[in-house]
Amino acid sequence: MSLDQNEISKLARLARISIADSDTAELSQRIGDILDMVDVMQAVDTSNVVAMANPHDAVQRLRADEVSEINQREHFQAIAPQTADGLYLVPQVIE
Amino acid sequence: MEWEVVIGLEVHVQLNTKTKIFSGSSTTFGAAPNTQASAVDLALPGTLPVLNEQALKKAILFGLAIDADICMASVFDRKNYFYPDLPKGYQTTQMDFPIVGPGIVTISLSDGSSRDIRVHHAHLEEDAGKSLHEDYHGMTGIDLNRAGTPLIEIVSEPDLRSAEEAVAYLRKIHSIVTYLDISDGDLSQGSLRCDANVSVRPKGQAEYGTRAEIKNINSFRFVERAIKVEVQRQIELIEDGGKVKQETRLYDSDKNETRAMRSKEEANDYRYFPCPDLLPVVIEQSLVDQLKTTMPELPDAKRQRFEQAYGLSSYDAALLTTERAIANYFEAAADAAGDAKLAANWVNGELSAALNRDNLGIANSPVSASQLGGLIQRIVDNSISGKIAKQVFEALWNGEGDSADAIIDSKGLKQVSDTGALGAMVDEVLAANPDQVEQFRGADEGKRKKMLGFFVGQIMKASKGQANPGVINKILNEKLGG
Repeated sequence: MSLDQNEISKLARLARISIADSDTAELSQRIGDILDMVDVMQAVDTSNVVAMANPHDAVQRLRADEVSEINQREHFQAIAPQTADGLYLVPQVIE
Repeated sequence: MEWEVVIGLEVHVQLNTKTKIFSGSSTTFGAAPNTQASAVDLALPGTLPVLNEQALKKAILFGLAIDADICMASVFDRKNYFYPDLPKGYQTTQMDFPIVGPGIVTISLSDGSSRDIRVHHAHLEEDAGKSLHEDYHGMTGIDLNRAGTPLIEIVSEPDLRSAEEAVAYLRKIHSIVTYLDISDGDLSQGSLRCDANVSVRPKGQAEYGTRAEIKNINSFRFVERAIKVEVQRQIELIEDGGKVKQETRLYDSDKNETRAMRSKEEANDYRYFPCPDLLPVVIEQSLVDQLKTTMPELPDAKRQRFEQAYGLSSYDAALLTTERAIANYFEAAADAAGDAKLAANWVNGELSAALNRDNLGIANSPVSASQLGGLIQRIVDNSISGKIAKQVFEALWNGEGDSADAIIDSKGLKQVSDTGALGAMVDEVLAANPDQVEQFRGADEGKRKKMLGFFVGQIMKASKGQANPGVINKILNEKLGG
């Protein structure tokens, strides 16, 4: 199975990855190989197997509902590219 | 052509936990930007989520309230999309194994009927941060205080058939979550938000029409208006030969219209998969059983009890039970008054009008339940008339006295039942209106009753509303030889 150029572009867009046109052929081939491998795995009969949510044989621990975090805004914002009035600034997003 | 409206609602309810769903940051509303956003909420590398026990319990309580199956091993998934107010690049939510399975919410309609609306499921998830688009010179400001606030998303089946039903459903959800005390239910703070999936189909057609999703409606009034205007848009579009597109739309309350937001097929590939950072949430039946014992009386049960125990109409009982605080207030007032029906009239009438007028919740009512009960007692024992009672209520509202009795005393409002004093008043009125007296005496029995009202009115006026109408009637009848 291989992916066409449109599908590669769509995946790249969803993942916010910029891909050069010259790379799409090779990527198409490599992703295709992965999907072929998935096809092989699909041949296994899993009708009696419950889907596994996590490989660890353990269950989720719970946390008491008590405030344990203090305000570290100055500390965190020291590494932010841009801030103002306590807000993180990002390139404008408008729907 | 006759059209049928089909609506499904996705309701997001913020849970009133002290901390976030996956971190120990406070969820207090209104803090300075980003002062309640920890390393986990910011998705800094190396951080791991740990589930808040209270968020889980509150979600289970909701499931029990709508008679749903509780999933004994629920799973968190990642819903992937990019937006700056979602630092992880995915929302942690539940997809295939939500904590709450199918359930039923019963809605009451204005004609007195009720309908069962099926809930498909309800799941736990985290809220996103807030984006501020103005004032930052072409940049967007991000406040992550809200990021990670626990939500339950309640997804209905497409069972609702009108905007009115949608509002009734939303009100019922509001009522349930506030009764359970799992959410503050404060719409102005976004504690309850709703997406509406709306479609139309020719009446009688089995398959659904193409639906549009109206995002993020945050008031009861806007839900009704947004759905109505969207239904109108779809019908006009189809009748003009067009087709409804599956898309996300935004409701603009200023213009009262919906607008296309983004096309679904492009943006909506969320690539869900189980979150590897969280293990399956396995709960014991004993936890569910223990939570069951903490369930308060819910709106439907309370309403039935009010009808039966107090003899209230289903309309009055429904109004009194929409909010737990109102129901409690009513019960306390009815207890103090010794007359439940009168107490219901006062709570649903004078009190709720005054609360609306001054934009107050019942918790902040200047007139307490026992004060109102005391006032009603004085109506019941004929110390004051209903009309004077309204004056006393206003005075209580304005803090002019601690109790109805104190106000009645200080203002001298006690009803005059003394036959001597009233007899003199009657004589005066009769003497001042000889023509009417003559007419009355010449009239037949049928007309007299109506004419008597004139004299009663004059006497009430002369007594500034304080005369006891029963006693006046008796004296008048005697003096007029009736």
